[in-house]
Amino acid sequence: MTRQESNANENVIHGEWHIRYKYSIGKVAGKFFDGLKQKKIFATHCAKCDLSYLPPRAYCERSFEPCDGWIEAGDKGVIEAATIVTAEFENLPKPPYAIAYVRLDGVSTAMINFVRELDLSNVKSAAERLKPGARVRVKFVDKPQGRITDFHYVLLPAQPRGG
Amino acid sequence: MAKSRVAVIGVGETEFKANIPDKTYVELAQDAAKGALDDAGLGPDDIDAVVFSMAPTQFMGVNDADKWAVDSIWAAGKPFMRVHTGGATGGSALHAGYVHVASGMYRTVLVVGADRVAETPDAQHVLNLIWDLFYEHDFALNTVTMTALSTQRYMHKYGTTEEQYARVVVRSRRNALNNPYAHLKGKLTIDDVMNSPRISWPYKLFDICPRSSGAAAVILANDDITNRYSSRPAFINGIGGLTSTVFMGDRVGPYADVELSDEAEFVRAGKEAYAQAGITDPVKQIQVVELYDPFSSTQFPQLESLGFCERGQAQKLSDEGAFDMGALLSVNPSGGTLCSNPIGVTGLVRVADAALQVMGKAGAAQVAGVRNALATAIGGSVQFANCTILGADYV
Repeated sequence: MTRQESNANENVIHGEWHIRYKYSIGKVAGKFFDGLKQKKIFATHCAKCDLSYLPPRAYCERSFEPCDGWIEAGDKGVIEAATIVTAEFENLPKPPYAIAYVRLDGVSTAMINFVRELDLSNVKSAAERLKPGARVRVKFVDKPQGRITDFHYVLLPAQPRGG
Repeated sequence: MAKSRVAVIGVGETEFKANIPDKTYVELAQDAAKGALDDAGLGPDDIDAVVFSMAPTQFMGVNDADKWAVDSIWAAGKPFMRVHTGGATGGSALHAGYVHVASGMYRTVLVVGADRVAETPDAQHVLNLIWDLFYEHDFALNTVTMTALSTQRYMHKYGTTEEQYARVVVRSRRNALNNPYAHLKGKLTIDDVMNSPRISWPYKLFDICPRSSGAAAVILANDDITNRYSSRPAFINGIGGLTSTVFMGDRVGPYADVELSDEAEFVRAGKEAYAQAGITDPVKQIQVVELYDPFSSTQFPQLESLGFCERGQAQKLSDEGAFDMGALLSVNPSGGTLCSNPIGVTGLVRVADAALQVMGKAGAAQVAGVRNALATAIGGSVQFANCTILGADYV
């Protein structure tokens, strides 16, 4: 949706909402975030379906059985979808930035994060490099805090066919 | 099976634009309700129950404003419920109203709602808040970026170009010239779209819908009321809906059960609705579709999932003019969601505009000889999909 500024001449009443929350993390996310502190990404696994989930789930959403194991995701993966944001949205990061859904090696589903260390000055050519199938690696911050923002993705050099 | 057949016998819409300063939210809803009642020839006392179509309450900033609207839409003293499935809300509300009448529980149901998306400058912030704080919220997801992601994937699969999406915008804005209620309308060129500012690859500004205010309502009636009050109703002959996981990352790659970029939820939702409505060959039997298309890229995967063409073929048909007014299939004669998006009622507007086509009341946007029309809606993280088939004849 396009940005619309309010007209100062309108006959309006101004209002704002300020609401505070504390979101309980729970056991499953708790283990995932503890893993991040060790620079590891853990996915839940359902033996019945042989599916592994990121973000991790308490239940397998195919078998409706509890996920019965954890696996450590690979530190590399493949882009499934990506975009480059060049406009500023309220309360969102300053553009430009790239985001991508990446399926990490050994995991059945894709998880979103920023793709950093990519020259975004030419959007079209940067988008070309982020096509589905492009390989990335996970890069952690130096001092992870146990938050999803502890890591991001970085493009791997393009491999020759079959490489 | 339905106990009673169900028809749309009245439609009300307001003008859609960024701001409507001379009306409050509830007064807008009232205008649409009054318009639909007048169109049907009914009064408030003739309505048995009310379904309220309302998406995130934060756009207009009164918490759960459905309660505020009760008196304005003559719901006091009647059964009342609010339905909310994000952008799909209007379609879901219509389905709830349909079931109320089809079950035999009520003779008449008013489905009504309003939205004022431009009441806050923080609409995309509100939409970012629909993602969980644990895993996805931090990565700038909103309705623009989430569909940009699926569109980039679709383009990669089918070789779609930005120009092909631009052509959809040109057609939509041109169609909207025939719709007195449309928010955006006019004669654009492909270059105009291509030269509009880049927002989120591959989207430019003109690939994206506006933030609209406005309201819509329809009156649903059983056989007895329909026969008494309407000589040319739009029968609801089929409905279908499918819901997916909130996680878009589950819907990409080799393990996905539905493909995000194909909006594949519509394959099953469409099959269910077609089976009820006796549609075996959509291209031959359906003359008009009113697709939920807040972005220029939203039409192609829907048309393909709903069986109007093979995967990857919609872009070629679009280029050839097959989806222009009166061509193979008239796609969004109203201008669609690309031209007006009052989110909480947009799905209802799709049904209302499809019903007007079947009832022969679409004015300058009327397509000749409409026997069947299809309306769709999409909500959440592209996770709620629903569709409705309206027909001139009861099936």
